[in-house]
Amino acid sequence: MKSLLWLIPALPLAGFAVLLFSGSRLSNRLAGLIGTASVGLSAIISLLIAIDFISEPPVGNAYTQVLWRWLFIGGFSPEVALRLDALSLTMIMVITVVAFLIHLYSTEFMAEDEGYRRFFSYMNLFVGSMSVLVLADNMLLLYLGWEGVGLCSYLLIGFWYSDSYNGYAARKAFIVTRIGDTALIIGIFLLFTSLGTLQIQELIARASLMWPVNSALAIAASALLLGGALGKSAQLPLQTWLPDAMAGPTPVSALIHAATMVTAGVYLIARTHALFDLAPSIKMLVAVIGAATLLISAFSALAQSDIKRILAYSTISQIGYMFLALGVGAWSSAIFHFMTHAFFKALLFLGAGAVILSLDHEHNIFKMGGLKKELPFTFYVFFAGAASLSALPLVTAGYYSKDLILHDAFTSPSGSPLLWAVGILGAFLTALYTFRLLFIVFFGEPKTEVTSKPGLKIKLPLFVLAVFSITAGFVETTSSLGDIHILSGFLVSSLPPLTKPAEPNASQIEIAGAFAPLAGILIAYLIYYRNPGISESLAGLRFGNTLKSFWFSGWGFDNFYDRFFVRPLFWIVMANRNDFLDKPFLGIASTLKGVNRLLALSQSGKVRWYAFAITMGAVLALCAVILP
Amino acid sequence: MILTLLVIIPLLGGLLSFYLGKISPMLPRWAALSALSVDFILLLILWIKPDAIISTQGGQWIAEVNLEWIPQLGINFHLAMDGLNFLLTLLTVFLGITAVASSWTEIRERIGFFHLNLLAVLSGIIGTFLSLDLFIFYFFWELMLIPMYFLIAIWGHEDRFYASIKFFIFTQASGLIMLVAILGLYFIHGKNTGAYTFDYTQLLGTTLSPAAEMWLMLGFLIAFAVKLPVIPIHTWLPDAHTEAPTAGSVILAGLLLKTGAYGMIRFIIPLFPHASSVIAPVIFTLAAAGILYGALVAFGQTDLKRLIAYTSVSHMGFVLLGVFMFNDIALKGAVLQMLCHGVSTGALFIIAGALQERMHTREMARMGGLWATTPRIGAVMLFFALASLGLPGLGNFIAEFLVLLGSFGANKTVASIASVGLILAMSYSLWMMQRVFHGPNEFNWSLADFKTREMAVMAAMVAIILWLGVYPQPVLDRLGNMQTGPQSLSASVKETR
Repeated sequence: MKSLLWLIPALPLAGFAVLLFSGSRLSNRLAGLIGTASVGLSAIISLLIAIDFISEPPVGNAYTQVLWRWLFIGGFSPEVALRLDALSLTMIMVITVVAFLIHLYSTEFMAEDEGYRRFFSYMNLFVGSMSVLVLADNMLLLYLGWEGVGLCSYLLIGFWYSDSYNGYAARKAFIVTRIGDTALIIGIFLLFTSLGTLQIQELIARASLMWPVNSALAIAASALLLGGALGKSAQLPLQTWLPDAMAGPTPVSALIHAATMVTAGVYLIARTHALFDLAPSIKMLVAVIGAATLLISAFSALAQSDIKRILAYSTISQIGYMFLALGVGAWSSAIFHFMTHAFFKALLFLGAGAVILSLDHEHNIFKMGGLKKELPFTFYVFFAGAASLSALPLVTAGYYSKDLILHDAFTSPSGSPLLWAVGILGAFLTALYTFRLLFIVFFGEPKTEVTSKPGLKIKLPLFVLAVFSITAGFVETTSSLGDIHILSGFLVSSLPPLTKPAEPNASQIEIAGAFAPLAGILIAYLIYYRNPGISESLAGLRFGNTLKSFWFSGWGFDNFYDRFFVRPLFWIVMANRNDFLDKPFLGIASTLKGVNRLLALSQSGKVRWYAFAITMGAVLALCAVILP
Repeated sequence: MILTLLVIIPLLGGLLSFYLGKISPMLPRWAALSALSVDFILLLILWIKPDAIISTQGGQWIAEVNLEWIPQLGINFHLAMDGLNFLLTLLTVFLGITAVASSWTEIRERIGFFHLNLLAVLSGIIGTFLSLDLFIFYFFWELMLIPMYFLIAIWGHEDRFYASIKFFIFTQASGLIMLVAILGLYFIHGKNTGAYTFDYTQLLGTTLSPAAEMWLMLGFLIAFAVKLPVIPIHTWLPDAHTEAPTAGSVILAGLLLKTGAYGMIRFIIPLFPHASSVIAPVIFTLAAAGILYGALVAFGQTDLKRLIAYTSVSHMGFVLLGVFMFNDIALKGAVLQMLCHGVSTGALFIIAGALQERMHTREMARMGGLWATTPRIGAVMLFFALASLGLPGLGNFIAEFLVLLGSFGANKTVASIASVGLILAMSYSLWMMQRVFHGPNEFNWSLADFKTREMAVMAAMVAIILWLGVYPQPVLDRLGNMQTGPQSLSASVKETR
């Protein structure tokens, strides 16, 4: 069974190729079928492989499939090889299953679009690249997947290309992440030149042997890898591209910019966690960046009015939680939150897409309202997702994963009460902005007419994801709530567990963790359901207004980058568009022309001038002869 | 013998085209295509079954011809082929075919004479790649120049006279300096050994004083640096590339620039190992600067062909970097970059030429939203734009990765600075796509998309770039027996330190 591993990336890639080359010969129906079926088959194969892997664990809890040797020069011989272990298996299952559901959803969502085939070909390319990314056995192949998903993100954000803003958003996403990617590739150069291999397991083994903790090389290497992760996962200071990425079709936002690609940075750090263990300062930096990001973008989410931008800031914030978990060494907690987040955030985006489609492409939440009556199914599944995102205690998956991270942030040797407190505040804000969204969109007075209702192909994925959003958390619970450790127990062969001392205040931490979301929901209820006037009067205050527009603009990062990087660069480019290095050569040419003009003056055609010149020349010649 | 045929056939095909041009406008195209196809087949035969394996002190040759020409002066007609110039000759013939195909409808005047010039340039380039006698090397070097001048000056665009004269002066002046250096080497070797010869294999290892070695090396370097080009002597390039007809741009970018890089690998480093290791820090600093500078200037262009021309300055910087890092990985990356850049930039110029033929403008402000009307051209342009920005899975990525990886081992700072070029390459490539194919179709263009002939050319170019991206090993294997064995080279460089 495991030998079918290569099919997981190959099937979507084949789907991409078929859709690309078939051109207009393919009917939309068939194109949708090919696009969805290729990913569906991948999902089935990864499930089968998972069953096989769990029932008969391979030697060393890992299975490597070498496809071919990419190239070979001297000591540099990367292979195109896939590696299946607990971590990549968890990732690939979530990716293929969620991707399949989103493809199914898209067959209805995109039905009216003239770029239908193009859409599915790009989506298939994405799933293929993402599978390569998580299955890659060496850093070079990982980088191929890494750039491949970035390309698909670019293509799909700019999918509706005739609007120039979409093109801008797409370029911004690709270029900002490329800044991180360049750090990553320099990191890859550093790893190869100092360790002599790019094969990930070998790399880690050698690093652990050769590099002492806190050595300069370990710090440099992990910092560079972190740079790559920050770009891809939209963390501070490279988070600015993600809100604009919402210009793409909603299924794209669900798949690429919520569930899978943006968590690639989390995967990268988890995959190379042993390197980060050698650089505690960088690990601390990961935690601090995660904490700062989760807080900053939660505030931003609170001020948005575009339903997709709220979810985008929420995604940045939730990935911040994952980074926080990574930073305190709680590797498997980060992966746990990745998994639940993939379900509930995909659900929320798809639910938002259903709302947007029903309201004839309306994005502004203040033009929605009262949709609970008109779209009851959408409301209930959206409610399930919102509850899970808000970490509604005990009954949602999001609660278990977020609670675990908060717990680890407090109790881990590298954790601290401050990190925990930021996480708690974030949890409160998350519940607040999520239920603000829910109350404004689904309750109150209807403001826009519902023009269509979702069909079965939209409802089915929503339903499945809603079930996952509620139940997927029961695989991992704390000691007071059943003490189940299925996921971390499974991941232990790839990711070492957190060694934490017995914590006397465990139950108090948990109670605080449970109450923060409840408080957020309560306040959202009071402000946005009971007294909708309050928020307006708050925003009416001068201070409130300033704060709101500051949050709305994402804390002014775009403005800052624009002023200090983009515009100066453009200025240089524009000032030198005629290439000043050409000036010296033009100078030589015009000097020669000048001399030519001067000498041409002597060719006046006047005989007396010539006679004069001849006489003078003769005199000079005579002088030269006579005088010694 | 097969090497002589490789050089002669295009020239004969060109003469044939010239005469056929007086009969019908279609015949010269077919004659040119047939001549190049014959060359292509000869090369494929050589790929499968090398003519002979000759090991000399220099390395392994798969074919050789060495005839006495002017024995009194030590001039031989000496051609030889190893992995390096085999690949470059293959590239030459391949791009020659695409150049003929892409001129099929563009060139409508003096068709016979056009093909004579085109094929004469190709003969000159092949001769340049294969020569192992410095005298005939110089002869072929000059042979490239004059027909290229005609191609730009007769069939070029608005500013063709300015561009062609600029091109001519830059290359001619630098070529003369190289001639002086060749003669210098000839006389010093003659004085040392009593044997006056232009033969490369005999001139290798000539004992030179450090000063003489440096001056002679600089003489060669200037000629090659102009061709490559190295900043700040690149300024002939944007004008020539922009004003040349499509076939001219393809040959300039795809092949003429490569002769400069080839010259460095074949002549400068083996003939002057010590001087080149002394000058290396200056060169790779210029290379890194060129990568960034070319990309920045490309970003500011509004003329599509001029933009592509400046990207060449940037991409050839990687070649220069790889050559002067003196290690195996970087050097092979540089050669791979020569091949990939030749194909991908050639393709971009063909696309730009096709657009100009349809729209009669190269100004990107007059374009926009073309994807809807020409999705095939758009898709192919996207592919080569991605190749140009170094997307993994495509050959250009492997090449740039190898260059940077090899360079990083030798000089971390320079390699890291050069890596920033990857960000800039992305910026200009995407900006180019945006301005041409995305956004609203403001001018309501309705253009003919690529037809079978054009798609066939594009498909071949796409296939090569993909192949080099996922499985470059067959090409790297050919370089295994590169004449300038990189090991021996880096060894000799180390000795001097």
